[in-house]
Amino acid sequence: MELDALILSRLQFAFVVAFHILFPAFTIGLAAFLAVCEGLWLWTKRDVFKRLYLHWIKIFALAFAMGVVSGVVMSYQFGTNWSVFSDKAGSVIGPLLGYEVLTAFFLEATFLGVMLFGWKRVGNKLHFIATCAVAIGTTISAFWILSANSWMQTPVGFATDPETGNFYATDWWAVIFNPSFPSRYVHMMLAAFITTAAVIMAAGAWQVIRGHSSQPTRWQIRMAAGTLCLLMPLQIWAGHWSGEVAHEYQPAKVAAIEGWWDTRDVQGTVLFAIPDEDNERNIAEITVPGTSPYLFANAHGPLQGLKDFAREDRPPVFIVFWAFRIMVGAGLVMLALGIWGAILWWRDRIDKPGLFHLLAVPGGALGFVAVLTGWITAEVGRQPYTVYGFLRTEDSVAPVSAEQVATSLLIFMIVYAIVFTAGTVYMARIATRGFGDDPADPPERENRAPGSALGAVDDKAEMPTPNRQRAK
Amino acid sequence: MDLDLPLIWAILIAVAVMLYVLLDGMDLGIGILTGLAKDDEERNLMTATIEPVWDGNETWLILGGGGLFAAFPLAYAILMPAFYLPVLLMLAALIFRGVAFEFRHKAVRKPTKLFWNGAFFGGSLAAALAQGLILGGFIQGVTVEGRAFAGGAFDWLTPFSLLVAVSVAIGYVLLGACWLILKTEGDVQDRARKRAFMALVGVGVCFAAVSLATLSIDPRVTERWGFSMTHMDFGKLLPLSPIPLFGIVMVVLAARDLTLNVHAPDWRPYLFSVGVFLSGYIGLAVSLFPNLVPFEVDIWEAAARDNALGLMLVGAAIMLPVILIYTGYVYSLFWGKVDPDEAYHD
Ligand code: HDD
Ligand code: HEM
Ligand code: HEM
Repeated sequence: MELDALILSRLQFAFVVAFHILFPAFTIGLAAFLAVCEGLWLWTKRDVFKRLYLHWIKIFALAFAMGVVSGVVMSYQFGTNWSVFSDKAGSVIGPLLGYEVLTAFFLEATFLGVMLFGWKRVGNKLHFIATCAVAIGTTISAFWILSANSWMQTPVGFATDPETGNFYATDWWAVIFNPSFPSRYVHMMLAAFITTAAVIMAAGAWQVIRGHSSQPTRWQIRMAAGTLCLLMPLQIWAGHWSGEVAHEYQPAKVAAIEGWWDTRDVQGTVLFAIPDEDNERNIAEITVPGTSPYLFANAHGPLQGLKDFAREDRPPVFIVFWAFRIMVGAGLVMLALGIWGAILWWRDRIDKPGLFHLLAVPGGALGFVAVLTGWITAEVGRQPYTVYGFLRTEDSVAPVSAEQVATSLLIFMIVYAIVFTAGTVYMARIATRGFGDDPADPPERENRAPGSALGAVDDKAEMPTPNRQRAK
Repeated sequence: MDLDLPLIWAILIAVAVMLYVLLDGMDLGIGILTGLAKDDEERNLMTATIEPVWDGNETWLILGGGGLFAAFPLAYAILMPAFYLPVLLMLAALIFRGVAFEFRHKAVRKPTKLFWNGAFFGGSLAAALAQGLILGGFIQGVTVEGRAFAGGAFDWLTPFSLLVAVSVAIGYVLLGACWLILKTEGDVQDRARKRAFMALVGVGVCFAAVSLATLSIDPRVTERWGFSMTHMDFGKLLPLSPIPLFGIVMVVLAARDLTLNVHAPDWRPYLFSVGVFLSGYIGLAVSLFPNLVPFEVDIWEAAARDNALGLMLVGAAIMLPVILIYTGYVYSLFWGKVDPDEAYHD
C-alpha cells in the first residue's frame, strides 16, 4: 500500500481519535461517580463518601485535562485533514458540533474550575451543583458528538445542493435523531460507565493486594462490582440493538462483523475464523449453525453476505470481524468480574486478597479495550464511506501533501506517547496509593500550588477530620 | 424579517476569537512569564492566578474553530489546510501547556519537574507564536483554486508573519503581566509591573510596525484607509482614525499607570491593555472586511446554508448570555488576590 496523504490522514485520524476517546470514556463515568459520591456524602453525612470524592477527583483532574487537550486536536482535524468533507457536510454536522460547544464544553470547562478549586469558596450545596454541572456537561457533549457521528453512519433528513454538491439539512429533527443515534448514544454512555467501574474496581483490588485496604477501598469495590452487574446486561442488550440497527442500514457492516460471505435465509454465528478477503471465504471457521432467527429476530428476507456487495463497497473484513469479537469478549469478562465481586461482597470477603483481586487489576483495562474495538467495529465497518452511501473517504481528504501529514502524525505520536505515559503514571500513583496515610509516599506539600485545591490536596486532608468540611 | 445571517455569524465568531485572545492570551502570557520566575514559589503563584479559569478560556478557541466549521465550512476547509503546519504546532503546544497545569504538581523528581515546568513555558510560547504565524498568514492571504487551498506548505512563512508572531507573543505577555498585577501582591507584583512596562514598549513598537506593514499588504487595504500612491483621501481616513488613536491613547495611559502612577488601581493596566488589543483587532477587521479568506472568499460565499446558520443562531442567542453569566460568576468567585494559603485545608 502506498503511503499517500489519504492513508496517512486515515491513520492519523484513527490515532488521535482513539487516543481522545480513552479519556471521555473514563471522565464521563468518573464525573458521574463523583457526583454520586458527593451526593451520598451530603445526604448520608458518611465520611467514607467524602474520602472517595477527594481521592478520585485528583485522578479526574488529570484525566479531564488530557481529554480536553486531545479534544481540541479533534476539532481541528476535520479542517486540516478532511477539508473536502468539511466543505461538503459542514452545513449538516457543523451546527451539531456548534451546539456541543455552546451547551456542553463551556459548561464542563467553566464549572470544572469551581469543582477543583472552589471547595473553600462556595458552600457544600453549590459545590455539589458544580460537580453535577460537569457531569451533565459530559453527557450533553456525548449527545451532540454522537449525533454527528451517527448521522455520518446513517445519513437522513438532508438533500444535495445541485450546484456545489454540498449537503444541507431539510429536516433537523431527522438529522439529530437519525436512525442509529439512539442505540449508539445508549451503548456509548453505558460503555463509559462500565469502563470507569472496571478502573475503580481494579484500583480497589490493587489496594487490597498491597494490604492498604480501608473502608473506602471496600466501598469502591462494592460500588464498582454493583455497577458492572447492573449495567453489563443492559450493555449486551444495547449492543444487540446497535447490531439490529446496523443490519437494517448498513448490511455490509453486519456481514463483515458476522463473517458472512454468502447470502442465506438462515445464518449461523461464527465464533472463530480468519476471514480471507481475496478468496472470499473464512479459514478455520467454527460456527454455531442456525442462530440468526434468534439473534436477528426482526430481520425480514434473506441475510446478505459480503458477496452481495461490490468489492470496492466492502469494509475491511478482518479488522471489523475481530474488533467486534474482542469487544464482546471484553464485555463478557467484565460481566463475570462484576458478578464475582458481588458474590465476594455478599460473603463479606472483598478485602481478603485472592484470585479475584489478581484478575480484577488487569481487568481495569478491559473497558478501554472494548471501547476502542467497539469504535473500530463501527468506523471501519462504515468504510469505504465517511457519509455512508454518499461520500467516500477517498473523496473527503484535504489537499495537503503526504509529507505534511507524515510530519504531523509523527509529532502527534511522540507528543501523545510522552503525555500519555506521564499521565498514566501519575494517575496510577494516586489510584494505587490507597486511602491511608502512606509513609512510603513523598509528601506533596512542597510541590503543591498555592491556591490549587482539590486536585492537589495531600493525603492528610483526605483523612476524616470533623470540621474540615468548610474552612469558612 | 430578513436577517443577514452570514454577517451576524461573522461578528459572533470575531467576538469569540477576540475573547479567546483576551482570556487565553493572558494565560499564555503568564505561561511565557513563568520562564522568568525567580523560583518555584513565584511560578506556582503565577499559575494559581489562572488555574481555575484556563479551561474555560481555552473553550473560546474551540468556539472560534468549531464556529468557523459550522458557519463558514468553506473558509474552514480552505484555511486549515493552508495553515496545516502552524495549526499543528499550536495544537502540540497547547497539549503540553494544558497538561502541564496538572502534571507540574504531580512530578516528584527533579528532572520531570523541570520538564513539565519547561513544557508549560515552552508550550505557552510556541502556542502564542503559532497563533501569530496563523494570523500573519491569514492577513497576507492564501492561494485558492475552485473550492480548495492551492498554495504550498510554507506559504504562510514570510517576514511579515514572523513579525506578527513576535507581536502576538509580546502582546500576550503584556496581558499576562497585567493580570498578575491584578492578582498578586508584594515582590511578585512589582516584578510583574516592570515586565508589563517592558512588554508595553514592545507592543507599542510592534503595533506601529504591523499596522504599517498591513497597509502595504494589498492595495485594497491601503485604499480602505484612504491611502494611495498619489494622495490621501481624508474622507476615508478620518472616520476610521479613532481606531488607531484609541490604541495610542490606551498605550499612553497604560504606560502612565505602570511607571509614574504606581497608586493606580490594580485593575487599570489590565483594562488599558485590553483597550490596546481591541484597537488593533478592530483595525484589522476594518482592513479585511468582508473577506473571510483574504482576498479570495467573502463571508457570504463561505457561509453555510441559511437554515444551518439560523438553527445555530437560536442556540447562540440563548446559550451565549448564559455562558457569559456563569463565566462571569466563576470569575467573581475567584476575584481578589490569590491566597498562597488557600490550598491548606484549615
Ligand atoms: C462519547 C463521548 C465523546 C466522543 C465520541 C468525542 N468526545 Fe470529545 N470530549 C468528550 C466526549 C466525547 C467529553 C466527555 O466531553 C470531553 C471533556 C473532557 C474529556 O475528557 O472528554 C471531551 C473533550 C473535547 C474537547 C475539549 C472540550 C473542553 O474544553 O471541555 C473537544 C474540542 C472535543 N472533545 C472534540 C471532539 C471531537 C471533534 C470528536 C470527534 C471526532 C470528539 N470530541 C469525540
Ligand atoms: C471517539 C470515538 C471514535 C473512534 C475511536 C473512531 C475511530 C475511527 C477509526 C478507527 C477510523 C478509521 C477507519 C478507517 O480509516 O478504516 C475513523 C474514521 C473516521 N471517523 Fe471516527 N471514531 C470515533 C468517533 C468519530 C466521531 C464522533 C466522528 C465525527 C463526528 C468521526 C468521524 C470520522 C471520520 C470523518 C473518519 C474518516 C476518516 C477515516 O476514514 O479515517 N469519528 N474513526
Ligand atoms: C457484549 C455485548 C456487546 C455487543 C453485542 C455489542 C455490539 C456492538 C455493535 C453491533 C456495534 C456497532 C454499532 C454500529 O456500528 O452501529 C458496537 C459498537 C460499539 N461498542 Fe459494543 N457491544 C457489546 C459490548 C460492548 C462493551 C462491553 C463496550 C464497552 C465497555 C462496548 C463499546 C462499544 C463502543 C464504544 C462502540 C462504538 C460506538 C457505537 O457504534 O455504538 N460494547 N457494539
